Amino acid sequence: MNMFTVSGSPHVHGEYSTPKIMYGVVIAMIPAMLVSVWYFGLDAVRVLVLAAAASIFFEWVIQKYLIKGAVTITDGSALVTGILLAFNVPSNLPSWMVIVGALVAIGMAKMSFGGLGKNVFNPALVARVFLLISFPVEMTSWPKPHALSKGFADVITGPTPLGIVKEGLRSGKTMQELKPELPNYIQDLIGQMGGSMGEVSAVAILLGGLYMLWKKIITWHIPVAVLGTVFLFTGILWGFKPESYADPLFHLLTGGLMLGAIFMATDMVTSPMTHGGQLLFGAGVGILTVLIRVWGAYPEGVSFAILLMNAVVPLINRGFKPKRFGDNPGVKIEA
Amino acid sequence: MGLLKTFKLGGVHPAENKISAQVPIEVLPLPKKVFVPMGQNLGAPSKPLVKKGDEVKTGQLIATAGGFIGSNIHSPVSGKVFKIDVVPDSSGFRRPAVIINVDGDEWMDDIDRSNDIVREIKATPEEIINKVKDAGIVGMGGATFPTQVKLTPPPGKTAEFLIINGVECEPYLTADHRVMMERGEELLIGTHILMRALKVAKGFIGIENNKPDAIAHLTKLAKDYQGIEIVPLKVKYPQGGEKQLIKAVVNREVPSGKLPIEVGCVVQNVGTTLAVYEAVQKNKPLFERVVTVTGKALSKPSNFLVRIGTPIGELVEAAGGLPDDTGKVIGGGPMMGKSLLSMDIPVVKGTSGILLMKRAESHRKPEQSCIRCSKCTYVCPMGLEPYLLSRVSKLGKFDYAEKERIMDCIECGSCQYTCPAAIPLLDYLRLGKNKTGQIIRSRNKK
Repeated sequence: MNMFTVSGSPHVHGEYSTPKIMYGVVIAMIPAMLVSVWYFGLDAVRVLVLAAAASIFFEWVIQKYLIKGAVTITDGSALVTGILLAFNVPSNLPSWMVIVGALVAIGMAKMSFGGLGKNVFNPALVARVFLLISFPVEMTSWPKPHALSKGFADVITGPTPLGIVKEGLRSGKTMQELKPELPNYIQDLIGQMGGSMGEVSAVAILLGGLYMLWKKIITWHIPVAVLGTVFLFTGILWGFKPESYADPLFHLLTGGLMLGAIFMATDMVTSPMTHGGQLLFGAGVGILTVLIRVWGAYPEGVSFAILLMNAVVPLINRGFKPKRFGDNPGVKIEA
Repeated sequence: MGLLKTFKLGGVHPAENKISAQVPIEVLPLPKKVFVPMGQNLGAPSKPLVKKGDEVKTGQLIATAGGFIGSNIHSPVSGKVFKIDVVPDSSGFRRPAVIINVDGDEWMDDIDRSNDIVREIKATPEEIINKVKDAGIVGMGGATFPTQVKLTPPPGKTAEFLIINGVECEPYLTADHRVMMERGEELLIGTHILMRALKVAKGFIGIENNKPDAIAHLTKLAKDYQGIEIVPLKVKYPQGGEKQLIKAVVNREVPSGKLPIEVGCVVQNVGTTLAVYEAVQKNKPLFERVVTVTGKALSKPSNFLVRIGTPIGELVEAAGGLPDDTGKVIGGGPMMGKSLLSMDIPVVKGTSGILLMKRAESHRKPEQSCIRCSKCTYVCPMGLEPYLLSRVSKLGKFDYAEKERIMDCIECGSCQYTCPAAIPLLDYLRLGKNKTGQIIRSRNKK
């Protein structure tokens, strides 16, 4: 007698899978990885490999020996976290600090919440902020980028454009006086400036973003909300007092904003579920970023802004519901 | 053709796999025995009128409606009642059925068996509704709601539009497509009959753009039928859902918990409309229907005209036999169909197709952690949050589920189809709907 499988509908499944999404993000990060190696040389390779390998290793150890459950290191999520962590640190960060960062990202920010999909905060950003607070000197000495860099030690370090602006304005200089010290827009776009490994080139990050949009890994809502809000907010400030505030384009192209808006704030696990919620979330990230950059103690605020907004995601999810079918009948309904 | 109409919220596009689309309808030889289940419609099961040993003719009434939401059943064959017993139906449960040994094929005398198309509609609206009721017609797209009830709007409500559902958005299925191609004129007359019964001047036939031949054919024929408009639709699942079709064709949304009549619409399936034509113009009750038999491993995917009660094994034999590599048998399409237990399950009024899945296609992928990607929310055609509803259902928070509109779920399966983590979202949603429905009903009783 024939035995048939019996189960509820639907009996077919679509093209998406978790690994497909995760490796899609990895592919989207390739341009930014190439740019970081181009400018920061073998040091960038060292940090990338170390962060990725350590993240996967810690996930494996924790799943196998602490949780004693299924090992899911091949789903690509630990790899994504590792690369994003590398993107968020300077290329000359000592190896042991990179490993500590991976442990914080995977162990503290991801697995202690229950693993993939259950963490409240973006793991790579938790690690970045942990490192920034623990090792402020190492985390803010940025190697100067130069094309086809040989890398490895003894490179000249210098401040990031945002750091130059922060310090300069604080010491009483005007934006006009600071201009010669800052990279021009073309340099901003291609990434010829000091900064974390993955954040320097806006073009490389935008390419990755377009790829993710095309593959339907992300939607436009969060990146547009973040970038739009920052542009608008800094534009207003600059419009009033161009000598004391950097122009909006400078804000968009420098620091971690592009990386944050396209790769970090769009992390599906830690962002809202509906498009309305995503717009609010993105706007919140944008406003907090500008507040910190302009009035805060740190020159850069993207990671703090995203982490703060991560915390209110459950609340946003309660408040923002999808557009329900049936609420706009199109004709008058009698009670 | 970027300007085709469709519904707005959500939707998915599963592989169409309409392998039997160009295979003409073939009359399936009579089986030796038929099993006619007494529960073939949504609502109350029918009450048998015959007993063991009774001689019956094809088209003879053998069971009456079990309630207001109920339906008559007619003998699909002539012969002798073998017994009345319980047999497994598509739900997997054993339910009462009239089992008839087939002997010849002697039809009731008052059925017009000629091939002539009867164009002139003489019946009044009341006569049409009575005829539909007597003939035991139900929604043949799969929902099996008694048709006469749909044709009788509640007091105070009037219909404005009739929409004929020729969407057939389920992958694989082609029965409605073939009916539109081969019985086009009868379909249009049936549409006019339904328009008269509902006293509406405008009727639409919604057809997805993956059936250009049916759109062209009916558009040509419809020139002679006043008030009927053929509406080509962009291919998107679940456009065949009543609410989605109404939205696509007339841009109205049926409010939560309400029926289509609330926005002045009545939707009928293509197969149902043909049955209405046959009942009113030819005096023929509903005892046979077109069924697609299909699957990638099947040697001869087909569309058969089948008597109700025929075991599906007979259909599969006629379509080339059961392939060795069959892992799952589905009554209906792959998105909403029910997986069947055996080859003995009989065809009923709501059986639109039999789909054989290969073993490799028959199993679900292992469930993984939700990554909160929100794809289930994006594709939900009702604007719900399946990730949330499945979770609260799992936790037993049915008041929360009700507030989040779990009862709006149409069980189309788009969420589960899309989920990258292969979470059986619809399993949990069905559970939640079931329990929430029970709670609502018991609350309403108080």
